Amino acid sequence: MSKKTYEEINARIRAGEAVVVTAEEVIPMVREQGLEETAAAVDVVTTATFGPMCSSGAFLCLGHPQPRMKMTRVFLNGVEACAGLAAVDAYLGATQLPQADPGNKMYPGEFRYGGGHVIEDLVAGKEIFLEAEGYGTDCYPRKQLQKTIRLADMPQATLYNPRNAYQNYNVGVNLSAKTIYTYMGILKPRLGNANYSTAGQLSPLLNDPCYRTIGMGTKIFLGGGVGYVSWFGTQHAPEAPRGENGVPTTSAGTLAVVGDLKQMTPRWLRGVSFMGYGASLMVGIGIPLPILDVETLRYAAVSDAEIFAPIVDYSEAYPQGRGETLGQVSYAQLKSGEITIGDRVVPTASFSSYPGAREIAGILKEWIQSGKFLLTKPVFTLPQSLTGIDYRSLV
Amino acid sequence: MKKKIVLYFPPTVTEQPFTYYLIKDYNLMVNILKADINPHKEGRAVVEISGKETDFQNGIEFLQSRGVKILPLEQEIVWVEERCTQCGACSVICPTGALVVERPSMHVQFYSEKCIVCEHCLQACPSRAMEAHY
Ligand code: SF4
Ligand code: SF4
Repeated sequence: MSKKTYEEINARIRAGEAVVVTAEEVIPMVREQGLEETAAAVDVVTTATFGPMCSSGAFLCLGHPQPRMKMTRVFLNGVEACAGLAAVDAYLGATQLPQADPGNKMYPGEFRYGGGHVIEDLVAGKEIFLEAEGYGTDCYPRKQLQKTIRLADMPQATLYNPRNAYQNYNVGVNLSAKTIYTYMGILKPRLGNANYSTAGQLSPLLNDPCYRTIGMGTKIFLGGGVGYVSWFGTQHAPEAPRGENGVPTTSAGTLAVVGDLKQMTPRWLRGVSFMGYGASLMVGIGIPLPILDVETLRYAAVSDAEIFAPIVDYSEAYPQGRGETLGQVSYAQLKSGEITIGDRVVPTASFSSYPGAREIAGILKEWIQSGKFLLTKPVFTLPQSLTGIDYRSLV
Repeated sequence: MKKKIVLYFPPTVTEQPFTYYLIKDYNLMVNILKADINPHKEGRAVVEISGKETDFQNGIEFLQSRGVKILPLEQEIVWVEERCTQCGACSVICPTGALVVERPSMHVQFYSEKCIVCEHCLQACPSRAMEAHY
């Protein structure tokens, strides 16, 4: 097949002729028709993930009261947002807890409400109680503010998540004799369960494992609205070990993403609580992959059986920062409901919603098919190496 | 042993001090989790009873002999489907298979008839989609 360009694919989208399939649908197509034929037929493959992503938050411009105010501390429903920005700007982080939260003093803590829940309430259109303090200046005299505010009242609100959509992730287990409460959920003693957290064959970076198309400026589905990949995410580690198919066998790449919070919905931005660990935000992300050539499709057609994750003990090895693993397991095995570790059969559960990911991939497919969502060519693709980062732009 | 049950009091018996008897005559600890009396003077209480198994059985028989109906708590755990993100985290925590992931669709289903109201899922569900309704 000859190569396709972004321009050609976008022309087909505009004309309503683009062939768009999800990363799940493309697998049997490639199996039946082969890579060449499918690559010629398909223009875009949509990928998605819907899981807890702690490194998320929102820049909120709260608007000036009268008289004006330079806010030095800001609380939204009791949850503090970082106000070390210009006068009425603040950044609300997803894992921030109310001041009165007992944390793990009553172990395990419940963390019923945090920054992620405030973000969910904001996009749900609910009234939020805003409290702000300032020291007062000649230009910004006000020192105190208490009022209710809605997302619609804010001049701007931008979701900016410094690390989302982890390419791959650990499977958490517990080798100890007591139940532990982690960001991988409740792990029962003596290998009582194994928890994992990616959408596998539907997940964005597992379908573009070597970052051939995803990069700064890639237009995406974010929290129900339109967003963009803004940078590579914190802890982006492209040099992770990889299988022959290029797919990393540990966590590896990450994305920073940005989008207008006002477009988003509580369906795809969901405050969550991890017993004994903390509060977070579940974020729905969908990323379209243009099928530029056979190679792009080969990667996008990856299936759960070809993606492997490391099994890690969260009672000892992980908290102590030892790199040990208890072996590798495929997402096909994980999704079957049980895996075997040594001679033990261990039930598995996910934290990332596979049905949610499938739904987002379907929504994005519809957006593209209807001609209203065009693909963007990234300014540079995600770095493949962190030494001497080369901001490759696509040809 | 410790067990949660629902007590239903017909209008004729709502005025009687049952907790008092359970504690005094049957050595049972009674923790009232919720109680209400409707306009027809019918009462409903969710109680947690702890004590010896034999005392518990005798206590229950005493209540039944006085016309109190004992209902299991089966219907009381509610799956708030619109809050459920279909993650599946609850499926390994639920001891009875009341919360299960259907394969291959990976959709989560709640079979309330299998639920024993252990309430483990209330803690394990990150989006708090499981609620205890008394
Ligand atoms: S209460 Fe217990 S048995 Fe019922 S659904 Fe929850 S975990 Fe399962
Ligand atoms: S843990 Fe909660 S959100 Fe996840 S599938 Fe179970 S009920 Fe739904």
